[in-house]
Amino acid sequence: MSGLAYTRFELVRTFRNRRFYIFSIGIPILLYWVIAAPQHNKIITGTAFTYGIYYMVSLASFGTMMSMLSTGARIAGERQVGWTRQLRISPLSVRAYFRAKILTAYAMALLSLCLLYISGAILGASLPAERWLEMTGLIVIALVPLAALGILVGHLITTDSAGPAMGGLVTFLALLGGTYFPITGGVLHTIGQLLPSWWLVQAGHIALHGRGWPVRGWITVLAWTAILATGAGWAYRRDTTKV
Amino acid sequence: MTAQAPAQTDGGIRLNGLIKTFRGPHGPIHAVRGIDVSIAAGETAALLGPNGAGKSTTIDMMLGLSKPDGGTVTVFGRPPREAVDAGLIGAMLQSGALIRDVSVRELVTMMASLYPDPMDVDEALEVTGLKAMASQRTQKLSGGETQRARFALAIVSNPELLVLDEPTVAMDVEGRREFWSIMRAFAARGRTVLFATHYLEEADANADRAILMAHGRVVADGPTTEIKARVGRRTLRATLEDVDPSTLACLPGVASAERHGDAVILSCTDSDQAIRALLERYPAARDIEITGGSLEEAFLELTGEPDDEVSELVAP
Ligand SMILES: Nc1ncnc2c1ncn2[C@@H]1O[C@H](COP(=O)(O)OP(=O)(O)O)[C@@H](O)[C@H]1O
Ligand SMILES: [Mg+2]
Repeated sequence: MSGLAYTRFELVRTFRNRRFYIFSIGIPILLYWVIAAPQHNKIITGTAFTYGIYYMVSLASFGTMMSMLSTGARIAGERQVGWTRQLRISPLSVRAYFRAKILTAYAMALLSLCLLYISGAILGASLPAERWLEMTGLIVIALVPLAALGILVGHLITTDSAGPAMGGLVTFLALLGGTYFPITGGVLHTIGQLLPSWWLVQAGHIALHGRGWPVRGWITVLAWTAILATGAGWAYRRDTTKV
Repeated sequence: MTAQAPAQTDGGIRLNGLIKTFRGPHGPIHAVRGIDVSIAAGETAALLGPNGAGKSTTIDMMLGLSKPDGGTVTVFGRPPREAVDAGLIGAMLQSGALIRDVSVRELVTMMASLYPDPMDVDEALEVTGLKAMASQRTQKLSGGETQRARFALAIVSNPELLVLDEPTVAMDVEGRREFWSIMRAFAARGRTVLFATHYLEEADANADRAILMAHGRVVADGPTTEIKARVGRRTLRATLEDVDPSTLACLPGVASAERHGDAVILSCTDSDQAIRALLERYPAARDIEITGGSLEEAFLELTGEPDDEVSELVAP
């Protein structure tokens, strides 16, 4: 019973905070309109896609990733004011705490995604319904390890380092994941494929190419989920228990 | 609740041989060096000691926020984490603010929802004097109001054990007075209360028992009246001729008196009372100086003594 009340509380709190609208939702949407709107029906040279659809897909991965990682900045803030320790001496279970964090991050990511889809539709990006669905489904799955990463980072950094740490992490994951520009070969390609963000971007590309993840994608996402979830659990305990 | 209370609170709180050492940049910091304390259910005890004595470290271990390096803690017969999970403990930690973007009422309501047998939210807001600002966002509260909201979070759980770590630090005089009267009302419901403070007066006025800590050890433990008599003395010096010290020793608030030439030296249990009485009866008294009475000084004396004497001071 209590766990759900806490989730609702977190949702209310998060959606009242203007800063997080700006970062997690405002920036991707703004970028999309700035890049895609002036030339939304134009085909990108060397591809079969319009600006409208190509950037909708790219910014979907970027925006949802931002939402997931913004959990980290929120957690860092809560730790700084001692709220995390206050919760730790309440009967709220660790599981309910994580559930609240994860669901809040997802709510934000889905809002960001919806707004991008709507913007895309306005700018004439059209796709068969099953492609939208498949893309959305795989994005949701690819975000699982990133939800854990947000929590892990939140329990490691301080509020002072939150800005640079988050910025650096997003840039690194987005760049090597192929969000900003396609990575087609070489060392970066090999490294990129080892990252969860790569498969997030690939999930978006279903809309473009209609290809789901190969086995390797599923394994990578699964492995990162295991590693990062374990890390998040460890960081939380380390944070609330002075050993 | 009342029916199950006795079984739930069986055993009170027991700290046995508790040790905590931190790694510092210049070697180990022995924050807590072996503490044995038991607090009976229903007792109101003050953990009294200067900054750095190890009070917060001890409290963290009691709450399961920190793992002892040696010894054990049980709260009502259970390990701290179990007592926390059962909702038996409410606590106000030493440092901490409130999370933002929620109203006071939303925050207190959420906290109440985590506990099996919470206090009514309106009641918690009422007794902590937050009714008028219940719909305020937490980031708009003043320092004193924030402390009261943190107190509301601690008591809304309706805990068997209430732990308060230097709760009145950010409050003004009036705020403190109100705070302690709420605390005493809560304790009067038969609940166990432990609070940390470095003010002797707070311990004296609000606890039945004071556990004195210094340098990670318990240096004295007993009824507050006894503790006060032991560490609360101030020395009053004045120039005053022709009065017999034995007469001065009978003044209210004075424990003993001696004479050194023209000067008299009074050892006071209550220096405020003593100085009033002195000036009223002997207007000729002058060059008055009151010293001591700080807890730090008293503790220095207590802990500056050789080890065998310190251990002698430790109550059974
Ligand atoms: N996390 C920590 N790491 C290192 N030293 C600590 C830590 N917490 C407390 N200490 C040290 O332990 C001693 C006791 O601190 P504390 O329990 O906070 O005292 P009090 O609450 O009585 O003021 C102090 O010397 C303090 O500096
Ligand atoms: Mg302290």
